[in-house]
Amino acid sequence: MSSDLSSPYPSAYSSAGSPPAHAPLHLAVALDGAGWHPAAWREPAARPRELLTARYWQDVVTEAERGLLDFVTIEDSLGPQSSHPIEPDGRTDQVRGRLDAVLVAARVAPLTRHIGLVPTVVATHTEPFHVSKAIATLDYVSTGRAGLRVQVSARPNEAAHFGRRAIPPFGLGDLDTPAVRELVAGLFDEAADHVEVVRRLWDSWEDDAEIRDVATGRFIDRDKLHYIDFEGRYFSVKGPSITPRPPQGQPVVSALAHSGVPYRLVARAADVGYVTPHDGDQARAIVTGIRAAQEAAGRERETLHVFGDLVVLLDDDAGAARARLGRLDGLAGTPYTSDAKVFAGTPAGLADLLLEWRRAGLTGFRLRPAVIGHDLPAITRGLVPELQRRGAFREAYEARTLRGLLGLARPANRYTATSATATA
Amino acid sequence: MSKPRKQIHLAAHFPGVNNTTVWSDPRAGSHIEFGSFAHFARTAERAKFDFLFLAEGLRLREQGGRIHDLDVVGRPDTFTVLAALAAVTERIGLTGTINSTFNEPYEVARQFASLDHLSGGRSAWNVVTSWDAFTGENFRRGGFLPQEERYSRAREFLATAGGLFDSWHGDEILADRATGAFLRDARAGSFVHKGHHFDIHGQFNVPRGPQGRPVVFQAGDSEEGREFAAADADAIFSRHSTFEAGRAFYRDVKGRLSKYGRGQDELLILPAATFVLGDSDAEAAELAREVRRQQVSGATAIKHLEFVWNRDLSAYDPDGPLPDVDPDPGEHTVARGRAQVRMYRDPLATAREWRELAAANGWSIRDLVIETGNRQSFVGSPSTVAAGIDDFVQADAADGFILVPHVTPGGLDVFADTVVPLLQERGVFRADYEGTTLRDHLGLAHPDARTPAERAAS
Repeated sequence: MSSDLSSPYPSAYSSAGSPPAHAPLHLAVALDGAGWHPAAWREPAARPRELLTARYWQDVVTEAERGLLDFVTIEDSLGPQSSHPIEPDGRTDQVRGRLDAVLVAARVAPLTRHIGLVPTVVATHTEPFHVSKAIATLDYVSTGRAGLRVQVSARPNEAAHFGRRAIPPFGLGDLDTPAVRELVAGLFDEAADHVEVVRRLWDSWEDDAEIRDVATGRFIDRDKLHYIDFEGRYFSVKGPSITPRPPQGQPVVSALAHSGVPYRLVARAADVGYVTPHDGDQARAIVTGIRAAQEAAGRERETLHVFGDLVVLLDDDAGAARARLGRLDGLAGTPYTSDAKVFAGTPAGLADLLLEWRRAGLTGFRLRPAVIGHDLPAITRGLVPELQRRGAFREAYEARTLRGLLGLARPANRYTATSATATA
Repeated sequence: MSKPRKQIHLAAHFPGVNNTTVWSDPRAGSHIEFGSFAHFARTAERAKFDFLFLAEGLRLREQGGRIHDLDVVGRPDTFTVLAALAAVTERIGLTGTINSTFNEPYEVARQFASLDHLSGGRSAWNVVTSWDAFTGENFRRGGFLPQEERYSRAREFLATAGGLFDSWHGDEILADRATGAFLRDARAGSFVHKGHHFDIHGQFNVPRGPQGRPVVFQAGDSEEGREFAAADADAIFSRHSTFEAGRAFYRDVKGRLSKYGRGQDELLILPAATFVLGDSDAEAAELAREVRRQQVSGATAIKHLEFVWNRDLSAYDPDGPLPDVDPDPGEHTVARGRAQVRMYRDPLATAREWRELAAANGWSIRDLVIETGNRQSFVGSPSTVAAGIDDFVQADAADGFILVPHVTPGGLDVFADTVVPLLQERGVFRADYEGTTLRDHLGLAHPDARTPAERAAS
């Protein structure tokens, strides 16, 4: 099995140094509704009445796979979308309403063959036991292409949807107060524990636990199933999982990070971090910070990808892309702003930028199409061929699993390693 | 004039983690790989079954303090595998068992509404409850719920989720490019629920699915469970698969519907049923005996006896006589995470009865467990089985069956190939799907078809 899962690329993105110049670029696309621009749904290429249909998601992910992309992420939230970072915005002029991202990923999995599927999971209000088996099952139904993007929710209105904890209301002006900083730090600590439990549960079955030994009547070797006995500040979980270890062993864990607290979550728990530099120098500084945190977490020998996030508007003519952004902003009523840099230009111009930022230590990019119906095909049919011409992107899928595409080896089971040590 | 012949409803239960599943059969495939689920679902859809059914248990079962290793162990996440099955099927309903104790209404309602969209209106929810601290050890809150509150939580959970499903009406999304109005009303999805178990408010974020609400199943058999079903469920997954018990259960539960203002055909009674087919009745009977022996190995027989004895019986020979020691009448401690232990309410009397049976028949422990265990519901040639199922339904002992084959994933194939055509010939089972949603298959009205007064009352 290992030969099927291995990647021809060396796993080179440890904190020990920058990726070698020949390292392949990794490309992902972030999917959200009709696209990331609030007026995306009004574009001729958008399909705003189909956003809740299986056909829409199947078409979009199939297009991403046509472009040989490493994976797609799928946005989600436990409340209505909002242009306001803390509260509902009461708007009716933007896309509102969405489907559960894990189920969207599962729905398209049997209809795709190579592309990784990385739904968003909110750690704050969910059970790590349920999340672990859901992503393990996504890995089974996709035969080894599952991941997750972990997210926290500090929104008081989302807490009220669960009624299990109160998050006191706060405003944008309070973000630097001790109370809000403590709240956010606690949510990220809880998310790190959540990921730890999810990962332990994936390992709670050894790969060869199912024996079907007719002579003794035993279906499993129960010595190869393990209680995880996690006890943390936020929850305790016994285990083992009800779902056997998934095909990849450990599906890919990713997180978006904008500052020190989430950088530590990425450094401690993730295989891929998404960051939002606005120029090459910022990219270099962020990568340095994450690599230091990676080392502090004792993971300097492990592969940790750092992907730059960019919102993209692509046209054959840079002026046309900028004009399109202007038109979208006009429809929205305000200029679009984002945590990530907004790039409006040509595929060749974007390729220049990506290769420049790669020299700052980024190992890949997660592109957020401003209008999925327009900018996703521009990525797969414009940007990708451009990168291929420059020898910077794959010509064909080279591995069967998402870990394989990302140059991540199939990991040993932590519990197998423990028992091997014990008997040594 | 005789009444018209009832149409039979059929469903397929993916074989699970009970000893009824014969994993030792050479034809037995994976219980976890998607290919097995896809095969099973496609067979059921080829046979025009109403729906596929998945069970769930949230902690691996233990006996004597160790994980039970004699039966199939391990299963996928219910929602995730059902969403994937929606991609490889077109019409068949997708029923998932989801626990109301270790989940929250907002999340479960999102998942069912999403599954309903992604399957084009084929989702169904078998609501189950648990209370035990044993299962709770896998979850944030642990074993927080007293046993007597589990149905009150389940009912409130279902009502709360119903409020979330109904918080969108289906006409909110305008997506009008010209005016720039995506939503008709910024308050779409607003809800408030204040109750004993849940105190939540806000906005639900999944617009209304094709079925409005998923079809709701109830599986418990207690007085409270029956009342819950009569009030709130669309179908019952019952255990009463013998003719007389089935008729009594059917009369009882359907008799409770009128006080909730519901008609006789608004709640379907669908018992679990097993089958063994042969070319002749005699061959099938012989096969059925073999299957029962495969289902109860010597080791399994000892474990089963421990449910009653509540002691470690591993020193006993399954081919020897029953233990002379009496059951431990204290709190049951041997087996955890399984329902069977509750079937034996008077272990001393059960042990006495079993000893007498074994002595009278010369049975060993294994013989006893095999002989007192459940027989397959339908055994015979295809025509015998088709007639048996039809008689059962026409006599109001059931509205149809949820069939559990004993081999994964191909155990349904022979039923699809031989019995279904005979039921179709009898005119009691559809030759093709007439509608697209599970509600269509089951003859259940869309929730929006009810009058506003009816909706307000429910």
